[in-house]
Amino acid sequence: MPEQRLTDTVLTAPEGVHVVEQVVLESRGVPYRELNARIHGLVEEGVSAIRLNGLIGQRYIGTNLRHPVHLTIDGVPGNDLGAFMDGPTIEVLGSAQDGCGNTMNGGAIIIHGSAGDIIGHSMRGGEIYVRDSVGYRVGIHMKEYESMRPVIVIGGTAQHFLGEYMAGGILIVLGTNLGSGVAHPSHYVGTGMHGGAIYLRGRVDTNLVGKEVGQMPLGPEDHLILQRYVGEYCRYFRADAEALLRGPFTKLAPLTKRPYGRLYAY
Amino acid sequence: MQPLTHRGRLFACQSIRDVGDKMVLSLASAPAFIVERDETRCIACQVCVRQCANDVHYYDEVDGSVRSHDAQCVGCHRCVTLCPTHALTVRTNPLEFRPHANWTGEALRNIYKQAETGGMLLTGMGCDQPFRIYWDHMVLNASQVTNPSIDPMREPMELVTYLGAKPERLEFRPEMVSAGEDGERPSGSCMALTTEASPQLELQVPIMFSAMSYGSISLNAVLSLARAAEAAGTYYNTGEGGLHQALYPYGAHTIAQVASGRFGVHPQYLDTAAALEIKIGQGAKPGIGGHLPGEKVDLDVSRTRMIPAGSDALSPAPHHDIYSIEDLRQLIYALKEATGYRKPVSVKVAAVHNIAPIASGIVRAGADIVAIDGLRGGTGAAPTMIRNNVGIPIELALAAVDQRLREEGIRHRASLVVGGSVRNSADIVKAIALGADAVYIATSALVAMGCHLCQRCYTGKCNWGIATQDPYLTKRLNPDMGARRLTNLLRAWSLEIKEMMGGMGINSVESLRGNRDHLRGVGLNQVELDALGIKSAGF
Ligand code: SF4
Ligand code: SF4
Repeated sequence: MPEQRLTDTVLTAPEGVHVVEQVVLESRGVPYRELNARIHGLVEEGVSAIRLNGLIGQRYIGTNLRHPVHLTIDGVPGNDLGAFMDGPTIEVLGSAQDGCGNTMNGGAIIIHGSAGDIIGHSMRGGEIYVRDSVGYRVGIHMKEYESMRPVIVIGGTAQHFLGEYMAGGILIVLGTNLGSGVAHPSHYVGTGMHGGAIYLRGRVDTNLVGKEVGQMPLGPEDHLILQRYVGEYCRYFRADAEALLRGPFTKLAPLTKRPYGRLYAY
Repeated sequence: MQPLTHRGRLFACQSIRDVGDKMVLSLASAPAFIVERDETRCIACQVCVRQCANDVHYYDEVDGSVRSHDAQCVGCHRCVTLCPTHALTVRTNPLEFRPHANWTGEALRNIYKQAETGGMLLTGMGCDQPFRIYWDHMVLNASQVTNPSIDPMREPMELVTYLGAKPERLEFRPEMVSAGEDGERPSGSCMALTTEASPQLELQVPIMFSAMSYGSISLNAVLSLARAAEAAGTYYNTGEGGLHQALYPYGAHTIAQVASGRFGVHPQYLDTAAALEIKIGQGAKPGIGGHLPGEKVDLDVSRTRMIPAGSDALSPAPHHDIYSIEDLRQLIYALKEATGYRKPVSVKVAAVHNIAPIASGIVRAGADIVAIDGLRGGTGAAPTMIRNNVGIPIELALAAVDQRLREEGIRHRASLVVGGSVRNSADIVKAIALGADAVYIATSALVAMGCHLCQRCYTGKCNWGIATQDPYLTKRLNPDMGARRLTNLLRAWSLEIKEMMGGMGINSVESLRGNRDHLRGVGLNQVELDALGIKSAGF
């Protein structure tokens, strides 16, 4: 596949804009296995920034990458973007498909567009920022562990089963595309949730949330969380943090750590 | 004598049970077992008091003797085995309910229990219902006159098994030799193999230890399995509980599971294992998820599963990224990508009605190994009704799958591993003759470590130190002794398998595989014979 090296600027969390030497891979039509092998090869060589041009639907980009490399994707990556990854920053100049951040351990994925279903499935660490909206079952079974606390920030809205089985981490949905007074469209939010927190900006129809979660008042710690991650979202997508932070926000958290406690006869 | 306390509880004054305001009509807590203590033998040493985590035995200070609360007995035989004077007998309570073929004592007791608690019945280990065990209705062949049998003591017998996809065909190119200034020329005499093999697992015996997670069983039990797998040249399986730090040295003999909860699945986990297994289902509880209650998630389990201590570990029923064969393919290839295509990927499913097309789909999705777990497969905890009523026997599932994959011409694309109650070496020989590449054993392995099938694994009070995390109990199982017993079992079974193969005139397990001509059915009807693809004895 055609390849060139040039100097470019990239955005990395949390330090800001960097000037780096970047390897550009012309990826159109290159099978994913070949493409991913090349990416892993470059990362092992010590390349710190890679740009994939013309990507259309290739799966598993960045899977199991463990270096703080910066991947810029010009195009639409396929399913399972950044699965199992631990450390890289992936910036998608477009939309992403299903399963992005699947079982991810660390790093960041920044999507300048929308994303599909099951974003952040079982993710244990790292951050995912989606400028626009996402599909179904986003943040399903996210979990936190010791210092690892995964974060997903969505600019628009999410479809049903947001944060289902959620066991930890932070999910923020900003609802920027909601008309005034229109409630979030997601049903069964937080069904089976037993850890973590979901913050929804705008009107929430509480009939639609899972029975295992309750609305909690926002404390000072919640405001710090929102300031930090909404701020980060605004830095990536050049949005107005002050306006977004005005809220109002609804916090959903599990009513119990043991939603399935009294199920058995013994 | 001082009254003995067991984890802070006083026993001497406990002989009158507190019934409180419960309705005493229930008999839910009537004894299922009767504990008999031969007073002429008992020396009141209190070994049984210390050994029983169910608090059955207690020391009565007043008259200086040891007594029992029969109703708490689960029939695990720990006390019977350890009593130095053989004073104890545990019997099923014979006159518990009025005999009724339909309304058995168990049926009544279950209803009483549920009327009291409003909860689902929970149990452990595999289905205990009297479904037909097809292994016991199949007999093996032996050579007589027309072909010689082989003596495995004198002649080599090959049990080595490779699990993984086998190539469609082998391709060669002429081997090139240097031809001085002209570069290279074909050697004319040698060919070089160009086909690249898929990754394979090499097993010295066609037996692996199937998935049992750290959490459902103790670390000492998992360590026993890992050490035995290493010693015997085979593999054990982590289950969905992640990989404890102490198990990393056994990585080359580890199959690591990726289940719907993705517990403990992180880069080092994927790196360390020799193969990965996507767990879709389990024979004891097809179609439902798992649930490790928070009280069993102690610090060590929490570290291994990578969840906070004390929080429930919920495994959703489905993988929420797998709603189709195409989605399964996506996860299979995600794992292959993550491991550089260097490790076989297995997919484990429960044996259910349409298992043949399901297995075909799994093979087409790119799995290197298809593992099928039958109706009688064990578990640490499952709803009783599901364990006893969902799924099909492994013998029928195996026959259907092997047949279907052969008909479709894709049998070579994946290895077939079956489990769900393989109890002895004859079951293994029959399984291989029906078409399996290898078997998974779990209940047999636990029995080798001392399990007495009391079926109370879900209580966390296993007196044999297996299905528990209580340090007072887990230290009863020494991992070196556990490993030795397991290695002995594998050795004994290998010897028997070789004897049976030799008797059939077969000297390699490869020639036994799918060789149903060596099986005959006894006491089966034609439909069953057809399902198993074997002839009746006499033909
Ligand atoms: S272990 Fe045997 S001898 Fe010792 S107290 Fe119990 S029943 Fe008596
Ligand atoms: S593992 Fe322990 S609790 Fe489970 S059946 Fe065996 S002896 Fe009983």
